[in-house]
Amino acid sequence: MSIVTPASAGRTARDVVTASLTRRERDVTGIVLLVLLLLASGLTMLVLFTLLTQIFVEALPVFQEQGVDFLTGTIGSDPATSGIWPGLYGSLFIGMGVVLVAIPLGVAAAVYLEEYARTTNRVTRLVLVNIRNLAGVPAVIYGVLGLTIFVNWLEPVTQGETVVTAALTMAVLVLPIVIITSMEAIRAVPQGLRDAGYGVGASRWEVTRHHVLPYAAPGVLTGTVLSIARALGEAAPLIIIGAITGLLPATSVTGRFTAVPMLIYNWSGRPDSPEAEIGWANAAAAAGLVLLVLVILFNTAAILLRNRFEKRRTGT
Amino acid sequence: MLTVQDLQGSRRRRRRERTMRVVFQLAAVASMLISILILVVLVRGSINFLRLVDWDLGLLSDTGWFPRRERFDLRTIFVGSVVMGVVAMFVAVPFGLGTAVYLSEYAPRRVRRVVKPIIEILAGIPSVVVGFFVLSFIAPDVVNNLFDEPAGAKTMLAAGLGIGILVIPIMASVSEDALSAVPNSLREASYGCGARKASTVMRVVLPASVSGIVAASIIAVSRAIGETMVATMAAGYDGSGPYEGWNPLNPGLSMTGAMTNAAGGTDATRGGAPFEALFLVGLLLFLITLGLNVVGDRFVQRVRQKY
Repeated sequence: MSIVTPASAGRTARDVVTASLTRRERDVTGIVLLVLLLLASGLTMLVLFTLLTQIFVEALPVFQEQGVDFLTGTIGSDPATSGIWPGLYGSLFIGMGVVLVAIPLGVAAAVYLEEYARTTNRVTRLVLVNIRNLAGVPAVIYGVLGLTIFVNWLEPVTQGETVVTAALTMAVLVLPIVIITSMEAIRAVPQGLRDAGYGVGASRWEVTRHHVLPYAAPGVLTGTVLSIARALGEAAPLIIIGAITGLLPATSVTGRFTAVPMLIYNWSGRPDSPEAEIGWANAAAAAGLVLLVLVILFNTAAILLRNRFEKRRTGT
Repeated sequence: MLTVQDLQGSRRRRRRERTMRVVFQLAAVASMLISILILVVLVRGSINFLRLVDWDLGLLSDTGWFPRRERFDLRTIFVGSVVMGVVAMFVAVPFGLGTAVYLSEYAPRRVRRVVKPIIEILAGIPSVVVGFFVLSFIAPDVVNNLFDEPAGAKTMLAAGLGIGILVIPIMASVSEDALSAVPNSLREASYGCGARKASTVMRVVLPASVSGIVAASIIAVSRAIGETMVATMAAGYDGSGPYEGWNPLNPGLSMTGAMTNAAGGTDATRGGAPFEALFLVGLLLFLITLGLNVVGDRFVQRVRQKY
C-alpha cells in the first residue's frame, strides 16, 4: 500500500482513514490458503470415499452370487465359490489372543507405571521410553520375533505355525498400544479420588482396584477395542510366521492357519481366467469388505466410547 | 499400648499388597523383555546370515537382490524403500498437514466433529486393503494412465502413493497436536497487531509449531519405511529384482518386501542364506526406524517443554 498523505490526494486526513477502514479489499492470500486447506482435507476424504466405493463395487458380485455362504465356505480354487471361513477362524483366534494376553499384561503394566512407579526413577523412565519406541517398531519385525520365539523356541507350547503362534505374536504387537492408551486413561483419573481412598485407610491395591480402575475403565476399553482392530487388520507378521496363503480346507488349533488379511493379500495378485464373471480381485474385495466392516465397527465403537467418556469427564 | 504391628493391618492384606505390586512390576518388565528379545533375535540371525555368506560383504553390493542366487545387494532394497518413502511423503505431508491446519485453525466445530472421525476411520483401514486398492485402482487407473505405462505395470510410484494414503492420518494427528499446543495468546497477539487469519496462520502459528510438524514428518517417514503390505503387493518385484535406480516409475523392491518374500517360501527354503537374509534386513529396518522414532520423539518433547 503506497503512502497517501492528505496533501498529495487533496483530501483531509479524516477521509483517508475512513476510506482505509471501510474499503472492501479482497484478502487474496487468505482465500488461496483456505482453498488449499479445503482441497487437502477434501481430497483426503475423497480418497477414503473412493477406496470404500471401489471395494464395495468389486465385492458386490461375490455377495450377490454367494450371500452368507461367502463367510462360512472354505477356501476353494474358484473365486466364484471360494469362502473365507478359515480366515475368519484365524482372525477370531487373533482377536482372542489380544483379549486374553495383551490386555491383562498391558493394563497391569500401565497400572504399575502410573500408580506404583516413580517417574523420577531412571529405570521407570527407561521403561517408558522403551514402550514408546516399541509402538513405532514396524509390524514385520514383530513377525520375525514371533517366528523365532513362538514358532521355533516355544514349539512344544504353540505347535509351530498355528493360530496360537499368530495370536501370541499379535498380542505382543499391540501390547505397547494397550499400555499407552491405558496409561492415558489412568492418568486422567482425578487425584482426589485416590486421596479419598487413601484417606479412609485403603491400601494402594485397594485404591487401584476399587477407585482407579473402575473410573479408568471406559478409557482402557477404548484402547482395547482399538488394539483389537489393529491386530485384525495386520497381515505382515502373519506372512513371516507362516500363515497359509493357498488352500486350507480344515481349521484346527494345532494345524496350519490363515487369516482374513492373508486371503486379501493372496487373492489380490492372482491372475484370472478371462471368461470368468467373478475373478479373484472380486473375491479379494469381498474379503476386504468383511475386514473393513469388522475394523470400522471396532474403531467406531472406540470413538463413541471415547466421546462418551470425555463428556462424562467434563461433567464432573 | 498401641504398637506398630497394630497399625500395619492384617498379614494377609499386606501379603496381597506385595503380590500385586510384583505382578504389576513383572508386566512392566515384560515390555523391556520384548525389546531385548527383538534385538537378540535380529542380531543372532544377522550373524548367522553373515556366517552363511562367509562374511563376504561383497555379496551385499551387487547387481541386485537375488536371494536364490545368493546375491544380496542391500542398495537395491534400501533405494526401493527410500523411493517409496519419498513418494509417500509427497502425499502425506501436504494432505496430512493441510488437514491438520484446516481442522485446528479454520474448521467450525460442526465440521470438525464430522471430519475428525473420518480421519480416524482412514487411520484404521488395514494396509492390505490399501494394497488391494492400489492394485485395483491407483496403479491401473491413475498411475499407468497418467504416465503411459502398460496396463499391468507395477511401479514404485503407485506403491508409494498407497503408503502415503496410509500415513496421512498419523501425519495429520501429530501435526494437529502440535498446532493445538500453540497457546491462544500468540494468535490473539497477532490479531491484535491487525494481522489477518492467513498471516496469523502462516507467520505465527506454523513457525511456533515447527518442531511438532518436523516430528510428525519424521514419524511419518518411519511408518512409511516400515510399511509392509502395500510395498509387498504393489511395488513390482516379487522377492528378487535388479537394481533399478531412483526412478519411481520403475518397479522396485523394498526392505519390507524382501523380508516377507524371504519368509513366505515353503518349508524347504527355510534355512540357508536366502532365508536368513530376513534377519539382517530386519535388523537394518529396526535400526533405521528406531533412529527416526527417537529423533521424532525428541522433537515432540521439545514442543511439550516450550508451552
